[in-house]
Amino acid sequence: MPSVSLTVNGQRHSVEVEGRTLLVELLREQLRLTGTHVGCDTSQCGACVVHVDGESVKSCTMLAVQADGSSVTTIEGLAAADGTLHPMQEAFREYHALQCGFCTPGMVMSAIDLVQKHPQGMTEHEIREGLEGNLCRCTGYHNIVKAIAAAQEVMHGRREALAPAEA
Amino acid sequence: MYDFAFHKPASLSEAVALLADPDARPISGGQTILPALKHRLDRPSALVDLSGIAELREIRREGDKLVIGAMSRHAEISADATVRAAIPALARMAGSLGDTQVRNRGTMGGSLANNDPAADYPAAAMGLGATFVTNRRRIGADDYFLGMFTTALEPGELLTAIEFPIPEKAGYAKMRNPASRYVMTGVFVARGPAGVRVAVNGAGPGVFRQAEMEAALAANWSPEAVAGIRQSPDELNGDIHGSAEYRAHLVNVMAKRAILDAG
Repeated sequence: MPSVSLTVNGQRHSVEVEGRTLLVELLREQLRLTGTHVGCDTSQCGACVVHVDGESVKSCTMLAVQADGSSVTTIEGLAAADGTLHPMQEAFREYHALQCGFCTPGMVMSAIDLVQKHPQGMTEHEIREGLEGNLCRCTGYHNIVKAIAAAQEVMHGRREALAPAEA
Repeated sequence: MYDFAFHKPASLSEAVALLADPDARPISGGQTILPALKHRLDRPSALVDLSGIAELREIRREGDKLVIGAMSRHAEISADATVRAAIPALARMAGSLGDTQVRNRGTMGGSLANNDPAADYPAAAMGLGATFVTNRRRIGADDYFLGMFTTALEPGELLTAIEFPIPEKAGYAKMRNPASRYVMTGVFVARGPAGVRVAVNGAGPGVFRQAEMEAALAANWSPEAVAGIRQSPDELNGDIHGSAEYRAHLVNVMAKRAILDAG
């Protein structure tokens, strides 16, 4: 059986996998990091998005062996050790950017990559286009877009604290 | 997914040796083959991962052509300063296909070796008159595409780079399927060292050139020049997403938009 060595949320792991084991299966079933979800079987929904060496990828469309030697960040790795949420998580909470919550881990991971790749900031339209690979079947996109727009201001250092959502 | 052996060679010769097994398959970004394997559409004995071969990742300008290593990812191509300066339409195309996560993994060589009729790059390669460089030979675009999911690549033959002659002008426009976002019909137009070329993707079983539009644009590079040209629906794809007649109509509309995109 192939062996995979990788860092997940700062912690090193060496695990035996099958060639066919998907990265998402390694994360969920072997490392028990079940925050990363599987919503489809066709690489479309984006619930499984994680960061591999800083880039967002669909962990259902990558083999565990392809992540050998990589650094992976999942939704569990975003908050600080003392529980302080990442600004994107905080924004999703403040702006009520979730309904059932199933797509949320993937949305948050995609959103962080999107914001990091657009240091100049994004318009609402650009945020919507950037979320093309993530589906929310509650169709709760409106507040997700608002949350990302607010979070980017904090992540780029243009605001100290998150702008409060309108009541 | 059925299980398979996994190899990650560090050199092209090692990869070619591993692919001598007729049941082994190369994997580049995996954005097509992994979904196919999940659905058990194939049962390879081994996957040979090409991502460890550094020479396949290079992007460079060589005189009047742009050379893109087969393992270059869509996100890299869309952001690459050399590509954006030499052939901006190609950089825009790379940034418009799939979604962010697919673009972070998928590669140009993988897409062109797969030759999905609804893929984007075949239109650019055909429209720009690209040359396909393999571990064995060089293949011109007009000889490379052999129809749906079929290319001139032989067993054990790997794409190493794609060479694009740098055009004076090039543009691309596509109508996407509103749900899958794959290309319903796209048109790539280019004017340059290879003359005027018009390539149509998504509409037929494979990418094809539109000779009547090429002649019209050679005489007059403007949307008006092609406005009266009607694409025949014969041999175009018709399915639940659109009839052959609808796609034929789109060829004309996308051609006009592609010319505007080229400027």
